[in-house]
Parts: sequence; C-alpha cells; structure tokens
Amino acid sequence: MAFKTEEDKVAYWKDNISLVLKLLAVWFVVSFGCGILFVDVLNNIQFFGFKLGFWFAQQGAIYMFVVLIFVYVYKMNAIDKHYGVDEE
Amino acid sequence: MDIKILTFIIVGASFLLYIGIAIWARAGSTNDFYVAGGGVHPIANGMATAADWMSAASFISMAGLISFMGYDGAVYLLGWTGGYVLLALCLAPYLRKFGKFTVPDFIGDRYYSQTARTVAVVCAIFVCFTYVAGQMRGVGVVFSRFLEVDIVTGVVIGMAIVFFYTVLGGMKGITYTQVAQYCVLIFAYLVPAVFISILMTGHVLPQTGFGATLADGSGIYLLEKLDGLSLELGFNEYTSGTKGMFDVFCITAALMVGTAGLPHVIVRFFTVPKVRDARYSAGWALLFIAILYTTAPSLASFARVNMIETINGTEQTGTNYSEAPSWIKNWEKTGLISWEDKNGDGKMFYAGDERNEMKVDRDIMVLANPEIANLPAWVIALVAAGGVAAALSTSAGLLLVISTSVSHDLLKRNLMPNITDRQELFYARLAAAVAICIAGYFGINPPGFVAQVVAFAFGLAASSFFPAIIMGIFFKKMNNKGAVAGMLAGIGFTAVYIIYFKFVNPAANVPENWLFSVSPEGIGTIGMLINFIVAYVVYKMTNEAPEEIQQLVEDIRYPKGAGEATAH
Repeated sequence: MAFKTEEDKVAYWKDNISLVLKLLAVWFVVSFGCGILFVDVLNNIQFFGFKLGFWFAQQGAIYMFVVLIFVYVYKMNAIDKHYGVDEE
Repeated sequence: MDIKILTFIIVGASFLLYIGIAIWARAGSTNDFYVAGGGVHPIANGMATAADWMSAASFISMAGLISFMGYDGAVYLLGWTGGYVLLALCLAPYLRKFGKFTVPDFIGDRYYSQTARTVAVVCAIFVCFTYVAGQMRGVGVVFSRFLEVDIVTGVVIGMAIVFFYTVLGGMKGITYTQVAQYCVLIFAYLVPAVFISILMTGHVLPQTGFGATLADGSGIYLLEKLDGLSLELGFNEYTSGTKGMFDVFCITAALMVGTAGLPHVIVRFFTVPKVRDARYSAGWALLFIAILYTTAPSLASFARVNMIETINGTEQTGTNYSEAPSWIKNWEKTGLISWEDKNGDGKMFYAGDERNEMKVDRDIMVLANPEIANLPAWVIALVAAGGVAAALSTSAGLLLVISTSVSHDLLKRNLMPNITDRQELFYARLAAAVAICIAGYFGINPPGFVAQVVAFAFGLAASSFFPAIIMGIFFKKMNNKGAVAGMLAGIGFTAVYIIYFKFVNPAANVPENWLFSVSPEGIGTIGMLINFIVAYVVYKMTNEAPEEIQQLVEDIRYPKGAGEATAH
C-alpha cells in the first residue's frame, strides 16, 4: 500500500480526475469550440492578418495543446508529491 | 552542381548517420529490442516519438492537402496534434506504470482474456499494415523524382535501409536513429519555409508571416489576398470551409482519438524510466510535432499564392507554356502535373471552374515548393532527405509493432509459451523481415490512395483500442466480456462503413448517403461511441471484473513503484 490511508487513496484519485477534466474542458473549448463550432462567429474578429476562428483552427489550438500538457505534468507531479506517491 | 548529385550526397550522408547509429545501439536482449531497456531520456524520447509520428503523410502530403482545402485542412492539424493531449492526460502515465511491452499485453492482462489479447493483436497488425504501406510509397516517390530512378527501384532501396536498422537495432537502435531523423526532417521542413516566408512577407517565422502583410509593398494581408484570388478563380474562400460542421467535428475527433489509440505511438511511452518521464515525454513530443504542424498551414498558404501566381501570372491572364518555369516541366515527367490547352491560346491557366487547364497533384506541393519559389538546389536536396527521414522513421516504428505483436503477443503469450528469449528475438526479426517484404509489395502496388488507407487506420484505432484502454484505466469494474464485445462492435461497424463507401460502392460516397452526414473519414468517432455503449450494456448484463483485476487497476493509478517494463 503506497498511500498512508484509504481516504488518501480516494482523495488522490479525485484530485487527479478533477485536474484532467478541467484541462480537457480547455482542450475542448480551444479546438472543437473556437476552431469548429463557433468558428463563424469568431471569424468576424480580425486578429493581425487572420480571422480569429481560422487562426484558432490552424495555429492557436495547437499552441494551447502544448501548454496544456506541460501544465498537467507540473500539477500532477505536485499532487504526487503531496500524497507521497511520487517516484524517487 | 546539379540537383541529382546534391540529393545523392545529402540523402546518402543522412543514411550513413542512421546506419552508424543503428550499429552503435545494437540490441542485445528482447528488452532492448522491444523497449530500449526502458532507459531513454524524455527529451530524446519526445523527439523519437515526434519522428515516429510524423510520417510521409505529414511531411510530404499535409501542407499540400491544406493548400487545396483551406480552412478544412484544420481537421488534420487539430486531429493529429490534439490526440496527444488525450494521450498525455489519459493514457501514457498509466500504461507506463502498468509496465508491459505492448498494447495487446495491456488489453490481454487487464481483461484477463486470451480472446481480448488476440482481438487486440489482430487490430494492431491491421492498423500498422495499412499505415506502413503508404510510407514505402512515400520513399518511392521521393527517390523516383530526385534520383530519376523508377518507383520500384525507389521502394526497394527504402526496404533495404529499413530492414537493416529495424532488424538489427530493435527499439534501442530505432529510438536513437529517430532522434537523428527528427533533426533532419524538421531542419528540411523549416529551411524552405523560412526562406519563402522572408521572400513573401519579410517575416523570419512562417507562423507570423502567415498573418502578415505581403512584402511587395501593397500592404495587403497574405490571407486577404489568398481569399480574393480564390474567389476570383472560382474556388471557395480560403479561410472558409466546404465540409459540414458536424462532419468536420467527427473527422477531427476520429483523428484525435485514433492518434491516442495508435499502437506504435503508445508503445513509445514504455521506453522511459519513470511515470513522470512518460508525462514529460508526451509534452516534448507534442512540442516537437507542433513546430512542424504550425509551419505547415503557413507553408500551405505561401505555396498556394506562389503556385497561382507562377501559373496564371501576376495579372491573372495566364503564362505562356513555352515560358513555363522548370518545376512544371520536371513534374510533368512524373505525371503529377498536366496541362491541356482548352482555349488554344498557348497559355496555362489554373482555376476552380471551366477556365481551368491545369491538373496539379496535391502530394507534390511540399517537394515542389522550393523549386516554385526559386530556392537554391541544396534546399531542394534537403527536402528530399527530410521526406525520406519522415517515411523511414515511421515505417521502422510500425514494423517494430508488427514484429513484437507477432513474436511476443501471438507466439510467446498465445501459441508457443515455452520459447526462449533468443528464439523470441529471432521470431521478432523474422516477422519484421516478412512485414517489410509485404509492405514493399503494397508500396509498389498501392491499394488506392494513400490518404484513404491512412484514414482507415485511424478509424480502426479510434473504434477499437481507445475505448478499451480508457475503460481499462478509469472504469475498474469493466469486465472481459464487455471489452471484447465493445471492441468487436466498434471495429466491425467502422470497417464495414469504410469498406462499403471506399471500396465496394465508391459511387455512393456522397453526403446524402452518409449516416448522420458523417464521411468515412470521420466514422471512427461513431464507432468509438458504439464501442463504449456496447461495452457498458454487456458489462451490465454480466459480472463485474474480479477483485484482483480491480486491485491491478488501482495500482496503475499512481506512479510510485513503477519498475522497468517487463515481459512477465
């Protein structure tokens, strides 16, 4: 048993799931939301030489994806440490 | 020096590098062969994953496709990068903690069932084969154009090289070779893109040049000009799409989920020492991939403007065929560009309506781009080397999955449990050799378009592996019967839909006939939902997974205690 108590185990998994769900919500909004579902609305906004929706679909969402993974790694490592289940 | 000699030198030098690395990192044990002994640094692993992932399709075809599709090209850009977020957040760390070699290993153990393992093996082999055939074709196209040999010779040269380092090196050799291949391919992709961006917009970064004004002093934005040109020539506006929104949604989702379910990508996360490294690896991999994927749409728009202007002239009145630039003549020989003088004025004209006199194959855009922009010969040779690197690295990764699936999952875990380590390694190499020959055959005689075959691979991966793995981790009570039924229902539905519209009755492949107006490219998304639903219903009707399996699932949910990946 890696966790100190059974409650810790449950709490760890709950923290994990809530982090993943939050990040996936952002993932969905920037790609499927801004790039596909609301692309026509956002295209009315000019962003440098781009229409904003088009920019999200072909550039912006990809940058966000990279950021999301590194945020996940950083936060998840902190959660592991907090519950004492990280690797030495 | 002419292009042929330069290509020979640059591609030859890159080959020497790969082969040298393969010899240096030769595999000594099954552990080295399958997962590189679990000792690869996350940044190196990220680069290798990126090279593994970016195939001839990404390098050679994708920018060309986007250049003809405009906004709709986003399905590839979002689909082939967004899947890494799913992979990093939902799969990679847990599979690493689980600590086995292959995806069928996970499915077989988690669902305590040889049937599940066998279904997974068959899916894995099928997915990888459809994918690898296209890569061999890609190598053939590059060689036949730049070395002026026929396509059969081109494919055979590619087969020999892949054979050499996959069979000798195994995963350890491949990982370090792929690091070198990533460097070659990204350099080869960026150099022409940066050159062209500077020429057209004055921006060094293609990503910002994409949204900048043209350098010709007109003060017009590049995309504005492209939209204007497209409308004038009878095409759709470049920045708007033609596909239905729900279809775009489904194709993107299928490609994303397919990415996260592809066995040759997943296996990458077994090669790092720790769970923490598996998480970092996915991040680095996506960063390295994003460099190419954010350049591609810029390149696509530059290439489009350049191509239209060289064919139609800056005044949009057409260019005399007798004065056609050399790239048109060069590619005419390969049959990938053709001109038919419909109005008899001796001028070439490219348009989206009845004025059109040109046929331009999408796949040549990246390879022809440096020629169209009049870049020096060494840049053209470099692009050839990059294309070959992309195709070889992906083929090697896929072949490795095929060989481990056969030797490890099928023979060792299923048919011949008593074979020794040495024998297993021998069968792995034999399987790789046989797979290369079959892939080579399909490279020479491709079954339809490469893109069709690739879409097939993604749909199948999305509808089979992804739900089984997700439920395996996040739903600990899911049982063997549910998982097997789900996989069979998902992959069966998807395969039938694709085979019907792509091979049996291609004439019916129009939006009116599609289910919920989803094209065969996007149907993997529906197949995935079917998989989840069937699995849940069957689970409800049968017993939940046994206690020790639920314990196993709880164990993979936290990092502590992850050892090296092991066979048993």
